[in-house]
Parts: sequence; structure tokens; C-alpha cells
Amino acid sequence: MSVAPVYLDHNATTPLDPRVAEAMLPWLGGLHGNPSSVHSFGRAARAAVEQARQQVADLVGGSPPEVAFMASGTEANNAVLMSTFADGAGGHLVISELEHPSIQRAADRLETANVEVTRLRPAADGVVGAAAVAEVLRPDTRLACLMLANNELGTLQPVADAAAACRERGVPLLCDAVQAAGKHPIDVGSLGADYLVVAAHKFNGPVGAAALWVREGAGFAPLILGGGQERQRRAGTENVAALVGFGACAAVASSELDHRIERLGSLRDGLEAGLAGSPDARLHCASSPRLPHTTHVAFPGLVGEELVVRLDLAGFAVSTGAACASGVVEPSRTLLAMGVAPEEAIASIRISLGMSNDEAEIDRFLPVLAREVEALRALSAEPVAAR
Amino acid sequence: MTRGRERAARPASPVAGMGVLWVGGSSDPLRASPRSGEPPLTAVAMSGGLDSSVAALLLERQGVPVVGLSMLLWDRSQQVRHGRCCGSLDLGDARRVAEQIGLPHYTLRMDGEFRRHVVDPFVDSYVGGRTPSPCISCNTEIKFEAFRERARRLGAGRIATGHYARIRRGEDGRYELHTAVDESKDQSYFLFELTQEQLSRAVFPLGELTKVEVRELAREAGLAVAEKGESMEICFVDRGVQEFVESERPELPRVPARVTTTAGEELGEGAPTYRYTVGQRRGLGVAAGRRLYVLDVQPEANRVVVGDRDELLVPGLVGRGLHWIAGEPPADGVELQVRIRSRHPGVDATVETGVANGSTGACRVRFSGPQPGVAPGQAAVFYRGTQVLGGCWIEGALGAA
Repeated sequence: MSVAPVYLDHNATTPLDPRVAEAMLPWLGGLHGNPSSVHSFGRAARAAVEQARQQVADLVGGSPPEVAFMASGTEANNAVLMSTFADGAGGHLVISELEHPSIQRAADRLETANVEVTRLRPAADGVVGAAAVAEVLRPDTRLACLMLANNELGTLQPVADAAAACRERGVPLLCDAVQAAGKHPIDVGSLGADYLVVAAHKFNGPVGAAALWVREGAGFAPLILGGGQERQRRAGTENVAALVGFGACAAVASSELDHRIERLGSLRDGLEAGLAGSPDARLHCASSPRLPHTTHVAFPGLVGEELVVRLDLAGFAVSTGAACASGVVEPSRTLLAMGVAPEEAIASIRISLGMSNDEAEIDRFLPVLAREVEALRALSAEPVAAR
Repeated sequence: MTRGRERAARPASPVAGMGVLWVGGSSDPLRASPRSGEPPLTAVAMSGGLDSSVAALLLERQGVPVVGLSMLLWDRSQQVRHGRCCGSLDLGDARRVAEQIGLPHYTLRMDGEFRRHVVDPFVDSYVGGRTPSPCISCNTEIKFEAFRERARRLGAGRIATGHYARIRRGEDGRYELHTAVDESKDQSYFLFELTQEQLSRAVFPLGELTKVEVRELAREAGLAVAEKGESMEICFVDRGVQEFVESERPELPRVPARVTTTAGEELGEGAPTYRYTVGQRRGLGVAAGRRLYVLDVQPEANRVVVGDRDELLVPGLVGRGLHWIAGEPPADGVELQVRIRSRHPGVDATVETGVANGSTGACRVRFSGPQPGVAPGQAAVFYRGTQVLGGCWIEGALGAA
């Protein structure tokens, strides 16, 4: 009766698409070369990297020269924040409290270096309004950050409206689109952002490949210095295999996006219909504009961390929110920022679906979830006498 | 990746000579699994050290469902050092070992409980002139209480630790605590406060093994921690006790104590009183031309009384928090052996209780011959042969008879 565990935590990372793996394999074995070399080995590597650049540019609706490859979404976000304030002249930075730690912690660091930071709270629907962004812009605001979709709740943010307001005031906008890529259309033209970040491993590509798209004419000073790779925007020999995989997963995502949105949405609806049958499950942000694959649900009175462990032991991988390097789980800052009570924030789990999930898995998951919730409820109800 | 179900399906392969007594079983309601037919899930407390790693290994080899749990007890992320029980590097070792063995592993944040039940009382104890025994509180309040409750909520009906001690079931059905086979590693002293209920849900896979055998098992299995050294005596104190107390209580006035003899002779000023512990001989901070020992620490009077070794000898002790593991005093009398600190060899003694049911409360312990180093704050643990009968916390020395 040994059954493979079911993965329902695709916002943490995703399995590699076999087609992507196939594209990468030649660069993990037979082929090698430094894209900067003049010889045939180098030229082949260069060609592979440039093809990937085209594929990623196509995914976001940009042009290849605007795309700089980096090693992670975190690096790309850091690079933009540090670049903006690299002159040490200080100024004003606007971020939302929904942002990924790679933006929040970088903002904390800048704050110690003479930068004033305004942190915008999301409303109870998990969305930061464009008007709220416009309201806090100042003459000395040098950058605003608004993610396209939140990693915990899946809620979509009004980036186009916020970017328009920023542009009116001459403020560049960084859009972290890491969670949206492959699950939501991205078009830098209509979004109007000046910087946009995507990472391969969140949509069935390899870890270790991300892209920073920089609008033509927007300023950028590199974080990592060295050789002149990536048109002086990111030094370091290109990770050819990972970038080829990135290009491949971008190409697959571009061609399958509509199908994915429909497929993931249908799985998610089935999951949430099942959850609706549970009297004490409380869905978060279910009526907000959101990604098709993320469900965030609270079971008031329980501890989400305990539910996650019990589900893992029962063969289902979900999470309480953002994955933390130490393995220690704390109440979600995002939920607290939205005004969710700490007891309810602690009682929440995140279920994020992927293309490898199917209805049968959801059908197996729902009764196990109900059983584990019931078991925890029974333990909580038990008097603490039997000691 | 190995999951619990797969292990449960695998044939059990008990380690020869391990001899852990699997008392209870599925007929025991305490151990009944919510899913009938499956053996109960056991949570191993994994510190990342050698002992708990091997405990996990042995349980896994028995084919019972096991989950590894680590406690984040003392967050020193600012000053991580390897080789200490609570540093995050050790939690990394625990994760590594669990993965090697094929166990699911999780980390539980328990630093709040640890501070409340162990660290704060430890500091208060030194400030109050006593010599704490934090490992006992950690077992009683953290490992076998808070941790066990957390494990239970994760579905684990019993917990296992890497303690060197043995649990047996007596003829009357009661659970008994016994010393480890490896006397040099025996940790039963630190477990004297365990109750019947706690023992009924605890497993000590190392109790029948020597440290040498434990290390050999780790080596054979290629565990990443096989060559790791011993953990330090008090896992959260990485400097001297005095420095630790001062860092925890920065508001404490650092007044040098007056050091005097029993006769009232002033020997000068030493360190603050919380630096001293009864029986201490080195680092008294004063010179007297002869070997002196701390006899009494009196924070209210800001005084430390010192004297000759003979003056350390007392006929017995006054205790509080008397605890009998069986739930009541032994029916055949209270003549037993007592250990008044963890490495004390033990001395014959009788226990006098004023309390009828004997489960808690005040008591006196009278030694068969005078003993040095009765330190308030330490535990007096009662033995009969290999069996731990119970114990009490030392309040002070019994006056001369």
C-alpha cells in the first residue's frame, strides 16, 4: 500500500517538467562551453543562452536585450533595490507588506543607510490598492515595489494602475512577478513596470535561474561585479544548463498558459468545493482577484504547523505559508499585515496546486485533511488531565 | 524518500542484544493508535548529537513508525557555535541524520517554554544562592511534558530520547526507572521526577548499551554524527555561569560578596554571591593559606561562608518536592541509597516524610554517615540497587543530630 506522497506545495517550488529536463540534459553531459569564449564551444553556449533569453523575453512580452539573467528571484529583487540607492544619496522607497522577504529585508537594510521606507498594508482582501500607492509617493520617492501575485495568498495586485500612478510622478516601479509566471499572463507593455522579476523554479523550471527585465532606459547598477556578462548587469559565467531549462519552461508556459489557468482553476475549484463542505474551514481571499492554483485556508482553533506535519506524515505536502530555511514556522507576517488575528493566522495552511496534480489526488486529499483536522480538534477538546 | 507507511510494512529487524522492553502494546489504551492495527507512532527527540541519533536509528530498525522531532530551545542565531546541543548547526545535524536514517523530521520551536521552565529558574536559583540542576527541569517540564504534548498532537503516542536509563515494568504492573547498563553514562539522576504516566509513554533505546557500543552503531551505519564529541554540561551556558547570570540579569548589582569563615573571620571580598556554589573549592577569590570550601551562600547578607572540608560534612538534608516514581513510598520501608548530585556515588539513607500520601511535599533524608557538598537547589535522588525510587529537591542541610 506504499503510495508516493502527493505534492501540494507548488508555491515553494515545482517539479521539473520532463520536457525542460530534456532540453537541459545536453548541457549537463555532452555539451559545455563558456558563452564568452570565441571558439566553437563558446559560440554554442552563447547561442543556447541567447535562445533562452528570447524565450524568457517572449514569456513577459519584452525584448531580449532587456532581460538579464540572474541566479534567483531574490538576487534580482535585491539588485534593483540596491541599484536604486547605490549612490548613497538616500531618498524614499515604497514597498508593500505583501512583498517577498528579498524585498522586505533589503528595504530594512536600506533603512539603516539613510533611506526612508514606507510599507503599505494590504486590505483585508489581500490586495494593496493602486490609490494607496499613489497616495504615499513623494517628490523624493525613488522606487516603488508591488508584486504581481502574493506567494502566500495568491492574490493579484493592481500593478498596471500602480505603475501608471508612479509613471505620472516619475517613480520607477519594481514588479516581483515570481509567483505569477506560468500561472498568469505577464506583459511588461501593459503592466507598465520598469523592472520585473521572474524565476524558473516556480513554474517547472530549474532552481538557479531567474531573470530581471529592465525597461529600456531605466537605470541599473549591477550588484555583482566582475566580467562583463549580461551586458554589464550581472557578472559571473552563465549557468548555461539552468538558463536553457529556464528558456524551455518559459516556452512551454507561453504556449500552454490558457490551458494551465483553466486546468489549475478547475482543480482548485474542486478542492475548495470540498473544503466548503467542512463547517469550520475558512477560506482566505477566495473572492479576491487571484492566481488559479493557490488556496489559503484557516481552521480556527488549530495550529497550522501541526496540521502540516500530520498531513506530511499522512503523505500530503502542504505548507503554512512561506518556506523558512530553518524549518521553524511562525505566524505569517502577510496575514498579520492584512489584519488577520494571530490565532487565525496560526491556524492557516496553504495548498498550492501544480500541473502534475489531478482530481484523484484532490479526492484522496480531502478526506485525509478532514480526518487530521478532526483528530486535532479531538486533541484540543480533550481535557489536559491525562498527564 | 521513505515514508512511515513503507517502514511499517517492512519486516521488523530488532537489534540483537538491544533488550528494550516493549511493555504496553496495542492492548494498552495509553498506546492505542487512532488507526487500529498500526503500531503507535513514536517521536524521537533528536538534538543532533550522537546519542539521540543512535536512539532514532535503533527505533527505525525495529520497524515501528518513527518521526524525528527537534526542539529549538535556545535561539542563539546571533552566536552559533558547533557542538552545543541547541545551536542551529546541531539542528542541521539532526535533520541530516533523520534523512540518512529515512525518518520524517520536524523542528519545534520551544524556546519560550525553555526560557520559562529552565533558563529563568536557573538564573533565579543562582541569584538566590542555590545551585540549580537545569537538566532535571528540562526533562520534567520540557522533554517529558511540553515536548511530549506537542508530539502527541502530531499523532505520536510515545516519545523516545537518547537518555542512558532503562524503563521496566514491575510485577505489580507499575513502570520502573532503572540506571543504564553503562554506569559511567547513566542519566537516571536527571529523570527522578518522571511519573508513571510519563514512563508509560517513554522509550530509552540506549539503556542497555554502552557509549562505546552506541558510537560503534553510529559508525557502522555511517551516521554523520558518529565522531561527534560529548555535549556540554549545561547546553545554554556557553561562557561561565557568572557571565551568563550577568548577561541575563544586567540590572543585578555586581557587588563583591564578603567571604567569611564560620567563626566570623573576614577573608575579604570575592565575586558576587551568584558566582559561588556549596562545595566549591577553586576560584574563591580570596587567599587564606589553606584549602577552603564554600559552606553556605547567603545573598541577603551578601556573604559567602567558607571553611575546611570537615565543616562541609552534614548528616542529612531537608528536602521539598518529594516524588515517588511508583506514586507512593516503597511498601517495605524507606531505607535506600541517595545521590545528592549527579556524580555522587550514593550513600545509604532513610527518608522521613511528614506527608501522608508522600507524593509531594517536605521530607528529611538522613545519611548513614556524614556527606560533604549538600547544595541547596540540587536534587537528592533515591535508589535501591539499579532502581530509581524517586527523590526530592535539596532545601538545605540537616542540622547535626
